[in-house]
Amino acid sequence: MHPAPSIIFFTVASGLGFGMMFWLGIGAPTVIGFNAFLFYLVAYALAVGGLISSTFHLGNPQRALKAFTQWKTSWLSREGWLSVVTLSVIGLYAIAEIFFYTRLIPLGFLGAVLALASVFATSMIYGQLKTVPRWNQWTTPVVFLAMSLGGGALLAGQILPAIVLIVMAAIAVILAWITGDKAFDRAGHTLSSATGLGTDGAVRAFEPPHTGTNYLMKEMVHVIGRKHATKLRVIGMILFALLPVVLLLLSANHVTGAIAAVSHIAGALTIRWLFFAEAEHVVGLYYGKR
Amino acid sequence: MTQLPTSTEKKLGLVIDLDTCVGCHACVVSCKGWNTENYGAPLSDQDAYGSAPVGTFLNRVHSYEIQPDQGPAQLIHFPKSCLHCEDAPCVTVCPTGASYKRVEDGIVLVNESDCIGCGLCAWACPYGARELDQAEGVMKKCTLCVDRIYNENLPEEDRQPACVRTCPAGARHFGDFSDPDSNVSKLTAERGGMDLMPDQGTKPVNKYLPPRPKDTWEDIDILAPLLEPVAENAGGLLGWLDKTLEKL
Repeated sequence: MHPAPSIIFFTVASGLGFGMMFWLGIGAPTVIGFNAFLFYLVAYALAVGGLISSTFHLGNPQRALKAFTQWKTSWLSREGWLSVVTLSVIGLYAIAEIFFYTRLIPLGFLGAVLALASVFATSMIYGQLKTVPRWNQWTTPVVFLAMSLGGGALLAGQILPAIVLIVMAAIAVILAWITGDKAFDRAGHTLSSATGLGTDGAVRAFEPPHTGTNYLMKEMVHVIGRKHATKLRVIGMILFALLPVVLLLLSANHVTGAIAAVSHIAGALTIRWLFFAEAEHVVGLYYGKR
Repeated sequence: MTQLPTSTEKKLGLVIDLDTCVGCHACVVSCKGWNTENYGAPLSDQDAYGSAPVGTFLNRVHSYEIQPDQGPAQLIHFPKSCLHCEDAPCVTVCPTGASYKRVEDGIVLVNESDCIGCGLCAWACPYGARELDQAEGVMKKCTLCVDRIYNENLPEEDRQPACVRTCPAGARHFGDFSDPDSNVSKLTAERGGMDLMPDQGTKPVNKYLPPRPKDTWEDIDILAPLLEPVAENAGGLLGWLDKTLEKL
């Protein structure tokens, strides 16, 4: 699948923002006044920035509000609703903390649950697609949630939870890679099953329907970059988990925390880039590609 | 509405005969023509006369080679357009309700004034039947020529999809699959019409007729001995030429 920068930034940034909101919502850390303002500023910048970025790939973004209508069937629509409700609930909770020095604890917990639900809905936009076997497995929501919780804990300054959850997220990502590498073959899709022509002999794509490329191939048959997938997986893992965890274990202060956060975000972007670039859509079969 | 109807009154769709299709791409051209000049946003091209032309098409013809264990390879031309699935995954993923399946005839359509161009329906389709128009930013797909098949301004013989009307080989057939006596239902039953990627669970309405078995090389050999050269040694002018050339 085509790794569109706007979508990579959206999923990583909104995941981190909602992850931070989860921790702020459950009162870890408990912040009040101007201090609270700074935390919520970061969380909202990430979540809202990500959501705005997600509209950049739309063909007609001026009609984006219509995306709220089909929550009964569409995960994309559900994600829209959950995000807006989360931002509103946590927003009220934040206003009380920042301006009234009051913690509305039940509201915070409600917001925390909604924040996780938003991330889950994002993951299901990809996880629901049978056409992309690498995504269509249980690891997708687990990876999205673990990355959001781990990264959110890091940005919220929760050192011990951050270490534990980032390690767990790393394990989930590695599991997703291992099972994902076999997912396409396990689903059993081949050129002969796609065309139904395999009963009489071996099928080969002889001639494409057109001399150039097309929207489908640009969007769904992305092969550039898969070449360096192994190297990028190692780089991603070092930046995402190894470096931040080692730094936090050695000494947890503002400087190491900041370096850990930058490294973690760079790693998360690399891992999310691979999530798209390595995903193979079954339509590629019709073009004799994967 | 992106909730799929539990059943549709009719099941309009196509039968595509892989045995008959000659791969002329006339259906591709007539589809592009009709759907550019009529309903909805035109099917645009980008860099049409440049070095890297791309464009929106609702119907494309692939070509595949089947190499049996024995005998010559077969070339199969494979037209592919929307299959108007009963369990259309493109419809349920749509966040705006722009994609819908009609209760009256089962045609899957896009309401272009509601489409935000997010592209998720194209991702959800296993067949590559939907393409986002790069000029209009809306999703385009086969409408089964909904503006032809019910169009009383057209002569009756033209009230079928442009691709079917234009096919010079008669490889495309249009009809109602919910009627067991329709031409398409009979063809499907007689020729073993198949679904594409049935494991995706989309329940496509369109069916593909598999290529018929071809003659084998052994059959040709019955006449072949009679066609062998009668005279191995040439005489006359040819014989002289042969000898002279040998000596050079």
